Amino acid sequence: MSETETHSQQETAKGTLMAGKRGVVMGVANKNSIAWAIAKACADQGAEIAFTYQGEALGKRVRPLAESVGSSMVLPCDVSDDSAINATFDEIEKAWGRIDFVVHAIGWADKQYLRGRYVDTPREAFLQAMDISCFSFTAVARRASAMMNEGGSILTLTYLGAERVMPHYNVMGVAKAALEASVRYMAVDLGRDDIRVNGISAGPIMTLAANGIGDFRYILRWNQVNAPMERNVSLKDVGGSGLYLLSDLSSGVTGEIHHVDCGYNIIGMKNPEAPDMSLSSGE
Amino acid sequence: MSNEIADKVKKIVVEHLGVEEDQVKPDASFIDDLGADSLDTVELVMAFEEAFSVEIPEDAAEKIATVNDAIEYITKQKAA
Repeated sequence: MSETETHSQQETAKGTLMAGKRGVVMGVANKNSIAWAIAKACADQGAEIAFTYQGEALGKRVRPLAESVGSSMVLPCDVSDDSAINATFDEIEKAWGRIDFVVHAIGWADKQYLRGRYVDTPREAFLQAMDISCFSFTAVARRASAMMNEGGSILTLTYLGAERVMPHYNVMGVAKAALEASVRYMAVDLGRDDIRVNGISAGPIMTLAANGIGDFRYILRWNQVNAPMERNVSLKDVGGSGLYLLSDLSSGVTGEIHHVDCGYNIIGMKNPEAPDMSLSSGE
Repeated sequence: MSNEIADKVKKIVVEHLGVEEDQVKPDASFIDDLGADSLDTVELVMAFEEAFSVEIPEDAAEKIATVNDAIEYITKQKAA
């Protein structure tokens, strides 16, 4: 599969897996967003979805997408502010009462530190990356779980850079490692209420956010030729796995970091048949 | 070939920014003349990369401010 195909609009299966379920999807930027792929997969299975965004530049991108799945609930939410999180979920609670799922697809680090050496990350950049990429998930899960039905499901997005060193991922890798740990701790805290907490560790996808990671195209190509399935993961792939983790199909799954990466995380060295690639040419 | 590239670039700009075709003049600036915000410029570059199967690295992308900048850069990449 070429990179181009990864981006094209892909039809998802229609059905009723999510009929009667309502959820909140946080962090859609545009049609290439992983959060959008998951939202679309759930909407096509009957879910009703509220979207949250940070800042009007993203709001104006989310609204038409929300409209395309029949959602008019599109709300601003600054996840670095507890009162903003409360206000957003208060509004959703007023409209719906209870919810069944949350997708947290939010991360941020100053681009300047997504290259060079991790060891040079200043305190302020570290704390900000941790706050927005990790703590926001805890804060959202706390508020959302208080209005969640039994059988609820909370999902976040992570990356292999949390487990192993990936070039340039730096402070995001450290924040994602903390995020993955928080998935496990919250799985215990919320498990007794029959609320599940999981993460999807997706292979690289060229999203607006990924565009900020140094040499991202090189990373994409490397994964494409070295993953067991010899391709990159598509938005549809991640959408389907997200649907599974949010639906009752995964009712016995919690605390899990689920790799949706065409198998890349299992390999120990490059595919001997794959070409060597230089950074400059990317070939 | 370069006319084909120019036409395709203009079509992408019209579709992405929701502007009229006659506004997309060669020297039109995405931000100053066509109402793009900074995320639009990133999305446009991503759309060019996808449509033309070229790579536009960040330092080059930052220099693409007008319709003509895009056409010239892509034409040069396709010729190389």
